[in-house]
Amino acid sequence: MTTPWLDIIAESFWILLKILLIVIPLMISVAYLTFFERKVIGYMQGRIGPNRVGFHGLLQPIADALKLMFKEIITPNKSNKTLFFIAPILTIAPAFAAWAVIPFNAELVLADINAGLLYVLAMTSIAVYGVIIAGWASNSKYAFLGSLRSAAQIVSYEIAMGFTLVGVLMCANSLNLGDIVNGQQGGLLQWYIWPLFPLFIIYFISAVAETNRAPFDVAEGESEIVAGFHVEYSGMAFAVFFLAEYANMILVSMLAALMFLGGWLSPVSFIPDGILWLFLKVGFCLFFFLWFRATFPRYRYDQIMRLGWKVFIPITLIWIIFIGLMMQTPLKDMFH
Amino acid sequence: MEVLFYFFSLILIFSALKVITSRNPVLSALFLVLSFFSAGGIWLLLKAEFLAIALVLVYVGAVMVLFLFVVMMLDINIDRLKEGFWDYMPVASIVAVIMLIEMILVLNHSYFKDMTPKDSVGISNTEALGQVLYTDYVFPFEIASIILLVAIVAAILLTLRGMKTHKGINPADQIKVQRNQRIKMVKMKSQDPIRRKKR
Repeated sequence: MTTPWLDIIAESFWILLKILLIVIPLMISVAYLTFFERKVIGYMQGRIGPNRVGFHGLLQPIADALKLMFKEIITPNKSNKTLFFIAPILTIAPAFAAWAVIPFNAELVLADINAGLLYVLAMTSIAVYGVIIAGWASNSKYAFLGSLRSAAQIVSYEIAMGFTLVGVLMCANSLNLGDIVNGQQGGLLQWYIWPLFPLFIIYFISAVAETNRAPFDVAEGESEIVAGFHVEYSGMAFAVFFLAEYANMILVSMLAALMFLGGWLSPVSFIPDGILWLFLKVGFCLFFFLWFRATFPRYRYDQIMRLGWKVFIPITLIWIIFIGLMMQTPLKDMFH
Repeated sequence: MEVLFYFFSLILIFSALKVITSRNPVLSALFLVLSFFSAGGIWLLLKAEFLAIALVLVYVGAVMVLFLFVVMMLDINIDRLKEGFWDYMPVASIVAVIMLIEMILVLNHSYFKDMTPKDSVGISNTEALGQVLYTDYVFPFEIASIILLVAIVAAILLTLRGMKTHKGINPADQIKVQRNQRIKMVKMKSQDPIRRKKR
């Protein structure tokens, strides 16, 4: 009689193991993404970046993590204590939860669900709560301004981002991320980036805005509102926000690779497909994030809103109609 | 499955109660978010994954964010809010009783007796919904969308009232600016150095 319970426990244990197999490499990539960022931006600005800890500075992220762990977490006097500590958790939980449906390979996926794309969209839309609550619970004007800016920005760009995903699922005829990748089989020219090129550009820029990265980092805006929503956070609480931001960056790059760049598929037929291709594409997208940060000055706030509402949303809507019309013509093979 | 159902329902009932009992309006809004989320969980158990995710996406991801926006800006004095409680009591109780009767009537209907979801043959809930919405009910669906569009336009028009004096900058004008509109080159004679010394 005990077997069903044992089965459930064994299965849960097995799922837990798989989750760890995703989360631990993700944490390590986040740590080294920060290192990579400092190096890349350093070289772009004619510096060499961190080079003291370990071989060429390779142990720098570990030193940073240790430093943050041993720092005191200060709570502001009149803050709402419970919400103050729930906020970082609410930020990082969706950033990790979205990884549940990400396929790394034709077989390698934790939860192969039908509505994978919708699930990812829902998870990324929850992430805004961490920012809002952090700003409100800190009981600080700078933090509050930062959270208001971020909330308005994330809600606006989410719409444009959602519309670009509509284009992808029109081409793929599926919401399952694995099926979307499989729809792009047949080499470089079959990737969705070509028929959906404007949508790809909009997706990428919206992704930068969604993750609050430069040049859309008005939520942090050092020169205007100190550090925005996480100005009152220190030590590990701050590190959790930092982790979430970078995990989100990797997530949106991963989605770009899966939806527009053919995921794990190889660009040419004589080289076999493989997970390495996926990592290469994700790394390529991440490099763009760093490049943007080193290149562009911060956008003005009203211009951000204008770009989101008056430029991106109309373009995506027009392109969706265009795809729909093209699918009725003899050229429809181009669009799936 | 049943364990999960009770888990989600307990959270749902608890958070719904906290929405109306908690003293801080921000906390109420956050508990409302939690109750939407657990309602989504229950819908997932009914194999209605599209509805569940749409609930999270629309209500949690967008509507409640705007709610929080407003609520966070308020400086609410609980004692002042409680002042008129007994004056409103009779009207409120009548409304509550009417709502209760309506709920009983609806939930007693035969439609709710059979709670097992209809099994759509081999296709997912998303696909089934899409087929129904865009084939059988395409006309009512489009009418609903037009009504929403009109509502959006009306809402925007309301906010535009009396905004003619705003100092907003038109980016198109900014881009079109020519050099000679901003800078005027003037030729001047240089000042006499001896005169300066005198001063």
